[in-house]
Amino acid sequence: MAQDIALTVNGRSVQVTALETTPLLDVLRNQLDLKGTRYGCGLEQCGSCMVLLDGEPVYACSREIGTVAGRSVTTIEGLGSAAQPHPLQQAFLDEQAGQCGYCLSGIVISAKALLDRNPSPTRADIASALDKNLCRCGAHPRILRAVEKAAAMLRGGKRT
Amino acid sequence: MSDTLPSSIQNNRRMERWIRFEPDRTVRLAVGKVELGQGNVTALAQIAADELDVDLDRIAVLSGDTEEAPDEGQTTGSQSIEVSGRSVQLVSAELRARVLDRLAQRLNCSPTELTVEDGVFRRGDAPTGHDYWNFSSSEDFARDIEGTATPKPHTAYRYVGRPLPRRDLPAKVSGAAFIHDMARPDMLHARILRQPCRGAHLATLDEAALRRAERGDFRIVRVGDFVAFVGSDEAVVQRAAAAAPLNAKWNNVPQITPAQQEAEWLVGQASNDRVLGDPLPTGAMANVVTASYSRPYVAHASMAPSCALAEYRNGHLSVWSHTQGVYPLRTALSNVLGISQDAITVRHRHGAGCYGHNGADDVAVDAAVIAVQIPDHCIRVQWRREEEFGFEPLGTAMHVSPRAALNDAGKPVDWTTEIWSPTHVQRPSSGGNLLTHEALPTPPPEPRPTDPPEANGGGGTRNAFPLYDFSAKRVVHHLVLRAPVRTSALRGLGALPNVFAIECFMDELAERAGVDPVEYRLSILSDPRARRLIENIARRCNWSARGPAGSGRGLGLGWARYKNKAAYAAVAVEVEVDQEVRLRRIWCAADAGLVINPDGARNQLEGGIVQAASMVLKEQVRMEGDGITSLDWSSYPILRFSEVPEIDTEIIHAPDLPTLGMGECTFGPTAAAIGNAVAHALGTRIRDMPFTRERIEAALLK
Repeated sequence: MAQDIALTVNGRSVQVTALETTPLLDVLRNQLDLKGTRYGCGLEQCGSCMVLLDGEPVYACSREIGTVAGRSVTTIEGLGSAAQPHPLQQAFLDEQAGQCGYCLSGIVISAKALLDRNPSPTRADIASALDKNLCRCGAHPRILRAVEKAAAMLRGGKRT
Repeated sequence: MSDTLPSSIQNNRRMERWIRFEPDRTVRLAVGKVELGQGNVTALAQIAADELDVDLDRIAVLSGDTEEAPDEGQTTGSQSIEVSGRSVQLVSAELRARVLDRLAQRLNCSPTELTVEDGVFRRGDAPTGHDYWNFSSSEDFARDIEGTATPKPHTAYRYVGRPLPRRDLPAKVSGAAFIHDMARPDMLHARILRQPCRGAHLATLDEAALRRAERGDFRIVRVGDFVAFVGSDEAVVQRAAAAAPLNAKWNNVPQITPAQQEAEWLVGQASNDRVLGDPLPTGAMANVVTASYSRPYVAHASMAPSCALAEYRNGHLSVWSHTQGVYPLRTALSNVLGISQDAITVRHRHGAGCYGHNGADDVAVDAAVIAVQIPDHCIRVQWRREEEFGFEPLGTAMHVSPRAALNDAGKPVDWTTEIWSPTHVQRPSSGGNLLTHEALPTPPPEPRPTDPPEANGGGGTRNAFPLYDFSAKRVVHHLVLRAPVRTSALRGLGALPNVFAIECFMDELAERAGVDPVEYRLSILSDPRARRLIENIARRCNWSARGPAGSGRGLGLGWARYKNKAAYAAVAVEVEVDQEVRLRRIWCAADAGLVINPDGARNQLEGGIVQAASMVLKEQVRMEGDGITSLDWSSYPILRFSEVPEIDTEIIHAPDLPTLGMGECTFGPTAAAIGNAVAHALGTRIRDMPFTRERIEAALLK
């Protein structure tokens, strides 16, 4: 039976009607038209669908909508837009950190969660935090550089 | 002149097919090559802006569209810049010249007195009042493209040669950007129950059990052995399709044995055999050495499952696809569906990186077949993850044995590369079959095994001829007729296994001769561009300080010229090996002639390195029984962030030389460099990919 479920998405209160077992990813994409969160595997193995749930990175592909009632979800659209990018998004553009780009929204979300808890990560810290995200094109070196750069920007040291 | 015209112009001689001046003072550049994540569309815009003399922002690129854009075949083989880029350059230069010639006549002056500044024409310092938008006319577009205009010297470029940002990236880091994100009116979602293989028949599908498992609303479309679940709720059809294999019984599914998943199995299978190059030696040769190397079946393993949308309205089929070639796909759709090509439109939309022929074309046929059954709706099909891993065509396994007869100095005087490989290309445009077609009531005949001709770089034979100065060279190619699974184009085709084999064997020969591997290579290599790269990389990786073999740390290198005619690349890799291989650092040097966008080029060089490293160290498609068993990322692992080292890339500046395709040029050299570095670290060699813990342990016990 479909139910009415209330939650906060990107700072906005929303109400959706769905089976409790419907994946959060499906609700974000097909009901709320937030297509920046992407389906990759449905198995919590690739990270393309990563969102923040009360600030913690989670896989939206397997998270059931019933379990997020009353909680706060942040998607890539909640960070910034092409016109007004978040410093992380800007750093990815500055470094041209990506090829096909399919993995990037999940990676930016993982990076956001990392920088929120550790504003000065080492390269190894960043790599370790991003190990739950896969990238097939091999843009890893630039992605690591972009997160390092974003960390510096967010700390206020806009050196480069 | 016209005999050197790039194929893209030969096949599309009409000017307005390429360039149009729009009323809003933009320039529409239409191209047949498509963006697959490699940044080619940005680079093509740079070329057009420079040759036309308009600001880059004015160039709007339309790519991959059977109504509007030229037919440039497939976006493959590192040809986008070499062929399409050259075409855009010639077309733009010619159009600029035509318009200026006409203006010169009007003003009764010489065209050399005229200049163009952001599309506005000046005579000397004075404005003429004319520009592309108010002065170009149908006359400029009337004649076929001759391809005789002289492009600018590279010193006059404003955009070419600069690392300009990709145009498509902002959307991809902020929201909807992919075909997967498209929504259309009257859209229905669909998922497929796949025929396990060609010739399998669906004996029963327990629909009642399926509807008990998934109670949401969906319909089942069945045409022959093609079954689709269609409905308005994506989650419902996804669950129905996930439950379907358990409730379906298939007849006539041949069983795969574990031995068939190994490259070794290929040796001695039925094959078409050819000898290329010098004839086989007639008598016995002295001092012959050989070794065998292999790569198993590998997956493209795109991050996104394949996806397509199709609509059938009033007898016209519209398809949106992340295919590598909209025109070839249109032909394939016409063949499968019996709809004339005029009644089909195919439009490219961005997908995740494909690295060759994956499920993109198959899923487009899935969507089209359903659309014809359910007209006046948009049918959106997205494959499931296990479907992508289980049914996309694979990069084929290869078994490669270099064999050399050596002189007294230990240098080869006679060289053979012997290859066992199934086909590398089964695109529909090369005689291959699409999955859905094989499941329909009248399936096409089994494809005849072919491989791309050597003039196009070859398939199994790609890079099989070493570029060293040997007096006799040949390739013995066994095109294996039947593989246990469908194989098709994967980045570089045979280049990775062949370069791996040749360049690893070079190290073995050097060791046998008691000569340093760099010195050995340089002693048998006269191509100055190749020599320069090897010397460059040896210097940068501090080769002269390379330690003894067997210490657990290793440094190795490899090089190749992709297809023996495109870009050159040399790669050096430092590794640490205990139970597994850790990449410590990688250096790369590449020479691609005039580079259009150095940052895009660098991105491709590095991406090729990481992907090749992933394949060498980790990747093998597993298969047994009904088919492929590595159906997720845990059974098909790829390199992760913490396993990727710093990569130090240098592009050799050669702007006076023609642009060479470089999207695949680091693939083989990386595999070889890792092979050589691991051999140096272990003091013994692993010749079969992937370099798993088991293989490392076995090598150490030798």
